[in-house]
Amino acid sequence: MSCEKFTILKSSAVPLPIENVDTDQIIPARFLKATERKGFGANLFRDWRYESDNTPKKDFVLNNEKFSGEILVGGKNFGSGSSREHAAWAIYDYGFRCVVSSFFADIFRNNCLNIGVLPVQVSPDFLKKIFFEIEKNPKIEFTIDLKEQKIIISDNNFSTEFFEINNYKKQNMINGFDDIDYLINIKPDIKKFANKMPV
Amino acid sequence: MNKTLFDKVWDKHVVHSIKNGPEVLFIDRHMVHEVTSPVAFLGLKKRNIKVMYPERTFATADHNTPTINQHLPVKDPLSANQLRALEENSKTYNISYWGLGHKKNGIVHVIGPEYGITLPGATIVCGDSHTSTHGAFGAIAFGIGTSEVEMVLSTQCIMQQKPKSMRINIDGSLSKGVTPKDVALYIISMLSTSGATGFFVEYSGDVFNQMSMEGRMTVCNLSIEMGARGGMIAPDHKTFKYIKGREFAPKGLKWDEAMKYWKTLFSDKGVKFDKEYHFHGKDIEPMITYGTNPGMGTSILKGIPKSNNIDGGGQTYKKSLEYMSFNEGDKMIGKKIDFVFLGSCTNGRIEDFRSFAAIVKGRKKAKNVTAWLVPGSHMVEKAIKDEGLLDVLKEAGFELREPGCSACLAMNDDKIPPGKYAVSTSNRNFEGRQGPGSRTLLASPLVAAAAAITGEVTDPRSFF
Repeated sequence: MSCEKFTILKSSAVPLPIENVDTDQIIPARFLKATERKGFGANLFRDWRYESDNTPKKDFVLNNEKFSGEILVGGKNFGSGSSREHAAWAIYDYGFRCVVSSFFADIFRNNCLNIGVLPVQVSPDFLKKIFFEIEKNPKIEFTIDLKEQKIIISDNNFSTEFFEINNYKKQNMINGFDDIDYLINIKPDIKKFANKMPV
Repeated sequence: MNKTLFDKVWDKHVVHSIKNGPEVLFIDRHMVHEVTSPVAFLGLKKRNIKVMYPERTFATADHNTPTINQHLPVKDPLSANQLRALEENSKTYNISYWGLGHKKNGIVHVIGPEYGITLPGATIVCGDSHTSTHGAFGAIAFGIGTSEVEMVLSTQCIMQQKPKSMRINIDGSLSKGVTPKDVALYIISMLSTSGATGFFVEYSGDVFNQMSMEGRMTVCNLSIEMGARGGMIAPDHKTFKYIKGREFAPKGLKWDEAMKYWKTLFSDKGVKFDKEYHFHGKDIEPMITYGTNPGMGTSILKGIPKSNNIDGGGQTYKKSLEYMSFNEGDKMIGKKIDFVFLGSCTNGRIEDFRSFAAIVKGRKKAKNVTAWLVPGSHMVEKAIKDEGLLDVLKEAGFELREPGCSACLAMNDDKIPPGKYAVSTSNRNFEGRQGPGSRTLLASPLVAAAAAITGEVTDPRSFF
């Protein structure tokens, strides 16, 4: 079962300039009761997005028509807390294919990579610039070029920054492979290895 | 070559290395619960593959379970459905399942050690970030996502980039009334909630040497709250004594063989860590959090820091205090509270109930406080009764609930109501973590007990 391929994404972005956005905010625990991977987008940022009577909170960015796109831009230490992959599923299901931040929590980053959401880590200054440009022009376009590992802002100078991703994960995303495909292919080696590991 | 404790265990488990990529890591033991596993099992079905080594996976129900009337059918249809899915999947794939009502049932990170599933030098994973708990035994243990759960079920391996190494040394000893929970909250307050992201932590020094296994579990449990993948402590005689004779621990010759390996598990003298911190036990006081991440903690005697002392994050900091309805500079002592929660994989072990009982003994619970006391497992529950703690608790006006994760993440009915304050021995004070609108103050079982008696944030040392 492979992931959707990711090569180049051109899109406007949704800004969430808050630090330490934890996975309990991305998807609160009470929405983790499904036994299938669908419908999580409806509860993405549930308690920031809706009042307790389900009316949308006007000042939350996902309820602001000015902002749209397949890129979510968050503050430092995005995705901290619980290991719930549901957080990445909710982001994907809502329609985001890429999350940009100056720092990601480890498990969240892995979860994103495993389901085909690209985490792009930029410098704190570049992140500031992104927020600044979106505030100036909410429709400004960004290019995320995975092959070149570049993020480009369509401002006057086409400000660009290089981002890191390990080559194996990069190739997986470009080709739409996942880790399980790889692991199943080396099962004979795993068997040999397992024989010498006490249960 | 000199190696760290982490290196020794990691290197032993590398099946394959991919150039410029992750390593294929063999997993000795895998714990599974109802919330993060169903989609992984669905993946196996879609690929039409079996669980490769079912004897290495252990399933329990904990996140979603009620903590009263566990003998009755689960009311919430969604929870019931998820519990049923785990039971069916365990049966289909031949995995041992300790579901609701089973005498070995309990929180995954409490029962792992109790039954000797957790061993030194092992690799242990679970679809839960607090899997770091098991590092207390010198294991590499960390939380994984559901895709990775599927990897482990189907191939007993995951792909992981080797993390950087960090050592946190605490010398000296702890003052009376200062617990392992305070040590962890102190470290997180010093390093911040992302201070160890990208690292695997080793805790060392006298404070950890002197600590009980339960205490070490509490500290390792909270490693993830400073962003670390996990935390570990080199095994010693206390570790071996704890494990010996437990159901799934090696026996006879296998024990001797295991001991040979376990005794090699320490960081070699002079080995370099990527990052190292030094603290002193005497500087740590009972801690409490005032904000909406576990790094926002302070000594219970101090006040809430001013936002102009917070690096860069003034805006987020103010949002956090606003949620808590606290002001910069407020004193924490004397703040009114409504709920007390004793339990969770952080502080739901027998030692935690002993601490709590020691404070409330001969006193009465404050009338305006609702207290939920939730043992981490049936084994803990039994010990509470056997040691006579239940009588102490009852006399002081407390009730004991049945085991589970409960109000730590409020997936079941144990939810703190909007706007209410809870002194909680759990691990996260995120917005809405304990129920929509709930306000959490993380603290030790001693601080929780003192608050339950007075109805406000109280220094437990005033009861000694």
